[in-house]
Amino acid sequence: MADTLVRTERPAASAEARRGAVAAPHRKGRFVPLLYVAPALVFYALFVIAPWLHSFWISFWNWNGIGAATWAGLSNYTAVFEEPALRAALTHAFGFIVFYTVVPVILGLILAAVTSAVPWRAMPVIRTIIFLPQILPLVAVGVVWKWIYGEDGPLNQMLRAVGLGSLARAWLGDFTYAFPAVGLIGTWVSTGLCFLLLLAGIGKIEPSLYEAARLDGCGRLREFWHITVPGLRKEIGVACNVTVISALAGFDVVYVMTGGGPGYSTMVPGVQVYQLVFTAGRVGTACALATVLSLITCAAMYGLNRLSRER
Amino acid sequence: MTKQLPRLALTVAAAAVLFPFLALFTAALQPQSNLSPGLSWPSDPQWGNFATAWTTAGFGSLLKSSAVIALGVVPIALVLATLAGYGLATMRLKAKGPLFALLMLGLALPYEAIVIPLYYDLDSAGLLNTYWAVILPLVGLFMPFGVFWMRTHFESLPKELLEAAAVDGANSWRTLTRVLLPTAVPALTTLGLLYFMWAWNQFLLALVLIQDPAMRTAPSGLGKFVQQYGKNIPLLSAGTFIVIAPIVLVYLLFQRHFIKGILQGAVK
Repeated sequence: MADTLVRTERPAASAEARRGAVAAPHRKGRFVPLLYVAPALVFYALFVIAPWLHSFWISFWNWNGIGAATWAGLSNYTAVFEEPALRAALTHAFGFIVFYTVVPVILGLILAAVTSAVPWRAMPVIRTIIFLPQILPLVAVGVVWKWIYGEDGPLNQMLRAVGLGSLARAWLGDFTYAFPAVGLIGTWVSTGLCFLLLLAGIGKIEPSLYEAARLDGCGRLREFWHITVPGLRKEIGVACNVTVISALAGFDVVYVMTGGGPGYSTMVPGVQVYQLVFTAGRVGTACALATVLSLITCAAMYGLNRLSRER
Repeated sequence: MTKQLPRLALTVAAAAVLFPFLALFTAALQPQSNLSPGLSWPSDPQWGNFATAWTTAGFGSLLKSSAVIALGVVPIALVLATLAGYGLATMRLKAKGPLFALLMLGLALPYEAIVIPLYYDLDSAGLLNTYWAVILPLVGLFMPFGVFWMRTHFESLPKELLEAAAVDGANSWRTLTRVLLPTAVPALTTLGLLYFMWAWNQFLLALVLIQDPAMRTAPSGLGKFVQQYGKNIPLLSAGTFIVIAPIVLVYLLFQRHFIKGILQGAVK
């Protein structure tokens, strides 16, 4: 912990020192930095902030995208929370957090704790492979898993081969199993990232802490709970942050694999927004859902930041 | 025992990542008459499936579109992020707070929250269905990460470097271009590669903002291909490999940059 404190403090301090070094010789330079930031800000305002505000505005209208719009007041927002399909999309987004965040962070934590003490020459190769899901287009990931889960796909084939053929089913067409089946892909994607983030974090924990614990006769398990986990507070926060955002904002995988079905058992906000606009012609409702989703995402990120930066 | 167990766990994890793609590879080589191939090495590998998938889905033009979009985004975004990162690193603290908060918001904002208004706004601007419809919003969306990334780099430099430039009478532009930029090559390479990958892989924006399927990114093309040839597993598998091959190749060449960039970028 002491280590991370020093790390976060240092850049700020040196930035302050440098301000004296840079700003002083250029007296006119007060607004110069702003000039450098401006082009990026213009792009950001024009293509991110403005559309978001526009979406917020549209969310108060009944609009099919073509004709005239009529004032809707808050009715689009009541629809988001009351229509079963829309509410299910939000619930599923939260449910995905289990698959995208909770399981990967726990798995990554265990894997990192177990392997950090064991150097291995094969590690670079392993790391390259484990990181692979981070760079693949999620559409391709969805295509692969859709086939694996298929009625005659490899998963059912393996089940039949080991005599569990009675369990075989069309996983993505099943109201009970489609959601966890799609969710597990999030686990497949996120676990490697969490593992490598946490492994890097373990490397920064003071070795003397472990030595002291060993002198005190701490077992591996107590070491894990009292040194590793608290020492990784920041990294766990970061891993949660990144994966929660991808859980809430998921679109590609669900769009390709199930389109939200069967029924709306795998519906997520991203796919729902797309369908509301391009199939149902309910642009206002889509924008209300998008607004709610972005508020939830920002709130989640803010909360996680607070939690991981405490102390 | 204490050494074998961790190694076994790592091997299992790596195998779990690789398995789907090895399985997919065997499927891509099955004869097309075999619509639902399972896990077996084909007796007569059909390498021609790759060529068939290439022409059927028009992957030539899709890969070109992905490249045009990615290569359009990368230079613009790199220049803007470098300028802004430098500006923020040398800026008075007072103005920083709100700017930071505004940019932080962008890191959390889901793309689906802005794609719908973009569709209508770009339509009225006459940009819908052009490459710009994806390039311009991506540059905007890429700003928060890049600005923070470059700022962190500039703030990590020893302040003597800036002092020396100031003593030599260099103005802020000369300081940036002559003194700081040479130090920024590794940081810029990493950022450029991440930008390239994110743009290349972009699905939602391409799907919504470009209606002509041939102009979309390769992953969007794959999404369409699934709908049309979803039953033809060998062809679909071959198509999937065509789509992931370029990005995997770039990754294998520059893996240090990718891994470092995503791990450090997340932490900062």
